[in-house]
Amino acid sequence: MNIQVSRRRFLQLAGAGAAATSIAAFGYGEAEAEVAAHVRNFKLAKSTETRNTCTYCSVACGIIMYSRGDLTKGEQANIFHIEGDAEHPTNRGTLCPKGAALLDMVHSKTRTLYPQVRKPGSDKFERISWDEALDRITRLMKDDRDKNIIERNAAGVTVNRWTTTGFLAASATTNETAWETYKVVRSTGIVAFDNQARV
Amino acid sequence: MTNSWTDIKNTDLVVIMGGNAAEAHPCGFKWVTEAKHNRGAKLIVIDPRFTRSASVADFYCPIRQGTDIAYLLGVINYCIQNDKVQWDYVKSYTNAGLLVDERFGYSDGLFTGYDEEKRDYDRTSWDYQMGADGFALIDDTLQNPRCVWNLLKQHVAVYTPEMVERICGTPKDKFLKVCEMIGECSSKTRTMTSMYALGWTQHSKGSQNIRAMAMLQLILGNIGVRGGGMNALRGHSNIQGLTDIGLMSNLIPGYLNIPTERETSLDVYMSTRGFKPLRPGQTSYWQNYKKFFVSFQKAMWGEAATAENNFAYDWLPKLDVPSYDILRAFELMHAGRMNGYFCQGFNALLSFPNRKKITAALSKLKFLVVMDPLQTETARFWENHGDFNDVNSASIQTEVFELPTSCFAEDEGSLTNSGRWLQWHWPGGTPPGDAKSDNWIMAQIYLRLKALYEKEGGPVADPILKLDWRYKDPGDPTAEELAKELNGYAVSDLADPSDPTKIVVARGKQVPGFAVLRDDGSTACGCWIYSGCFTEAGNQMARRSTNDPDDTGTFPTWAWSWPVNRRILYNRASADLEGKPWDESRKLMWWDGTKWTGYDVPDIAPNAQPGEVMPFIMNAEGTARLFSLRGLREGPFPAHYEPFEAPIANVLAPHIRGNPAARVFKDDAAQFGDAKDFPYAATSYRLTEHFHFWTKHAQINASLQPEFFVEISEELAKEKGIVRGGWVRVSSVRGSIRAKAVVTKRIRPLVCDGKTVHIVGIPLHWGFTGETKEGFGPNSLTPFVGDANIETPEYKAFLVNIEAISGPVA
Repeated sequence: MNIQVSRRRFLQLAGAGAAATSIAAFGYGEAEAEVAAHVRNFKLAKSTETRNTCTYCSVACGIIMYSRGDLTKGEQANIFHIEGDAEHPTNRGTLCPKGAALLDMVHSKTRTLYPQVRKPGSDKFERISWDEALDRITRLMKDDRDKNIIERNAAGVTVNRWTTTGFLAASATTNETAWETYKVVRSTGIVAFDNQARV
Repeated sequence: MTNSWTDIKNTDLVVIMGGNAAEAHPCGFKWVTEAKHNRGAKLIVIDPRFTRSASVADFYCPIRQGTDIAYLLGVINYCIQNDKVQWDYVKSYTNAGLLVDERFGYSDGLFTGYDEEKRDYDRTSWDYQMGADGFALIDDTLQNPRCVWNLLKQHVAVYTPEMVERICGTPKDKFLKVCEMIGECSSKTRTMTSMYALGWTQHSKGSQNIRAMAMLQLILGNIGVRGGGMNALRGHSNIQGLTDIGLMSNLIPGYLNIPTERETSLDVYMSTRGFKPLRPGQTSYWQNYKKFFVSFQKAMWGEAATAENNFAYDWLPKLDVPSYDILRAFELMHAGRMNGYFCQGFNALLSFPNRKKITAALSKLKFLVVMDPLQTETARFWENHGDFNDVNSASIQTEVFELPTSCFAEDEGSLTNSGRWLQWHWPGGTPPGDAKSDNWIMAQIYLRLKALYEKEGGPVADPILKLDWRYKDPGDPTAEELAKELNGYAVSDLADPSDPTKIVVARGKQVPGFAVLRDDGSTACGCWIYSGCFTEAGNQMARRSTNDPDDTGTFPTWAWSWPVNRRILYNRASADLEGKPWDESRKLMWWDGTKWTGYDVPDIAPNAQPGEVMPFIMNAEGTARLFSLRGLREGPFPAHYEPFEAPIANVLAPHIRGNPAARVFKDDAAQFGDAKDFPYAATSYRLTEHFHFWTKHAQINASLQPEFFVEISEELAKEKGIVRGGWVRVSSVRGSIRAKAVVTKRIRPLVCDGKTVHIVGIPLHWGFTGETKEGFGPNSLTPFVGDANIETPEYKAFLVNIEAISGPVA
């Protein structure tokens, strides 16, 4: 639903005449406007448009991401442009200095790419596989939980409290990830559970 | 937000205090511009700095950080003294007339029941006088000296314009101009909106800052109306969602509570959650608490949660302290009592106060797991970066895992914005390298932990083994599957209570909303306030209709808003007692003779008789609370307290340091600084070009604001021999940082209690990873103390010293 949207529909609704007029208003002559519209069409024809939301603040501006490749068809997709969603009631196509540079975040040179471990006392990260990382993490969790979970308090009341491992959740994840995270963390008895809502 | 971003266009007066929307929320701020342009609305900005919001304000008013309560109680005092009160609203829709316990009082800066040893109150007397009929006593004429209104009048009397000037450093004439502009909004046909953010929350009395404004908005009749409300401009894209779903120590989704260990059984837990109405005929909607709680337990543990085992009540952890918030967690870690820690997209090393303590605490962990799309400082807390991260790697024994995650552009699901809109989004790119979604990672951790318990056994294994995990691919639950659980479904056929032969919702079907949830185990629902987001009619959060009937700014079919797609909370209060809109030109909901109708989903039963059922249905009184009973730890009314580190003593109660009910750990108390050593009042904030510690990883933003700096006034620069662009060292008891100085007219000294107070501004975006220059942040300096109710750290008001230094050798 709603994957293929906005710009194309906007142009359809507005009509070619109106689109050309608005391009003229930006200072293009008629010929240039035609070229611009023509090129635009090529760009759109080869790209997939996807509706998303800016990842930064809680204004939650609508954005449209343009990619080569279509995930819905099982293809690899590379995002090459992000702009404000003109149909979005709040931002109406505008973006702030942060949102306007979202593409640089997606393709940041300092994105994490592979699981890594830093061993005790070491001064460097080493690459490991997901299996190695996850098996080791769950081993550490279980050993700590088995040793330290408080099943009953001094009065004999069942309290199931695991206070020696904590979990900070992320307020840029989706509600769905949040719910899944909630289920997993609560089921273990972790009580040092928090998120950015507090800071 | 009680209202929405698009609703701000309906206002007459915008007050930005405790925030800086033009810089931190630019595309939301456009609605302020719309209101100014189209309605002739005015903008007031009250801030220690002349911000970009201030630069487009109709009136800018300075204030010393950490004195907002004195200021706002001063405005309330002005409104009461000058009859700037929406009387019909106050008398009918607030608890102004209810009578308060004779034992309750306030003197010398403290309310009744204070225990200095415990830094806490015995709150018994913070209550209403109860009648023999079980309802609270009321005096509709507001004559009784014990009614809330008269106690409030007495409480705020001390906050005169002169006192406000003395405490806040706000010149009296400027304060009175603000009072005058705000006072005009007591008219039934003028509204004011409050826009605030972390400038109010990041104080040791943040909750009371917000309460003070909420009280003022009630007195003006501005809650529940178009263009009004209390509008929290939340920071992160899904901070609202994470709060709603309760990813906090003491919460269950939908603002239910994790039990304490004193609540030894479900019956005991429910015994204090009856929510019996305090006035005749009132809704007191929390009476449905058990339905939401049991449905949550069913969503967690499915068939294993039965009536026989009290719906798995024992499997929930039981708290022995109010909460294991981040301050307590790092205190435990620092004391060597925490072994493992997970940071899922959270840069703790730069986010939490007293960085030296945070580094020491992380160094005592056995293991740390960081899941993040970016290389964070937290994942590298053990890495030496000179004085930007001065650690000895070899001495740190923590095993650290860095797990690469997908980012927003590669992920599917919903985010809840400030205005409570749940907007679904779709993935458009392939994650780089071997990055995986958080859903996959959490599922893998769960399945592997479960497998270990199946194989080896271990204590308290059932809550893990029996967690409801019926996903098509258990190793990678989809966003749709999880959203459907949040919405809730019928576990068995739900019969119509009035006609048992009729099935309202068939077994396995999505419920239409929380009204059908039950407490007998026949419904499951992850988060009751989200019920309705993904029904049998499909994913409501994916709706994208721009339809906005009569241009009210409501946009009822764009995405979905909690609760029940309601766009403005308390909207029944937009009409008078008979159900007629206060302002016909700005009507929202009205009584059509048989039911409530209008542009929004009514925030009251559709057939609730006007004049009988009051609009604040979540409160047992049916009214809003000017007196908050036992709701907040430091008192039923806000009172002025200085920050823990303040340039002057508390003028009203010089013996009280900080908020008397705030929790302070012993070692941290020893690390508070005094004005004689650290004479300057510091504050922290964001810049428009950056978002926390993320955008320093984005090339354009790193180019726009490449280098850390601090801001000071020309007066302070002159006094300290600091030149524009020169290097300075800023220090507190807890640490010191170096920075270039921006000397600006945008910060001016204030005079408080006869003393000149200089302000030092410290933006927060720098660290030692990413594309900006390496730099410091305010958390190297800030105190380890939080708000008394929710433990939000006091980042906005603390003391520092500043000295000119020679720059680093190039």
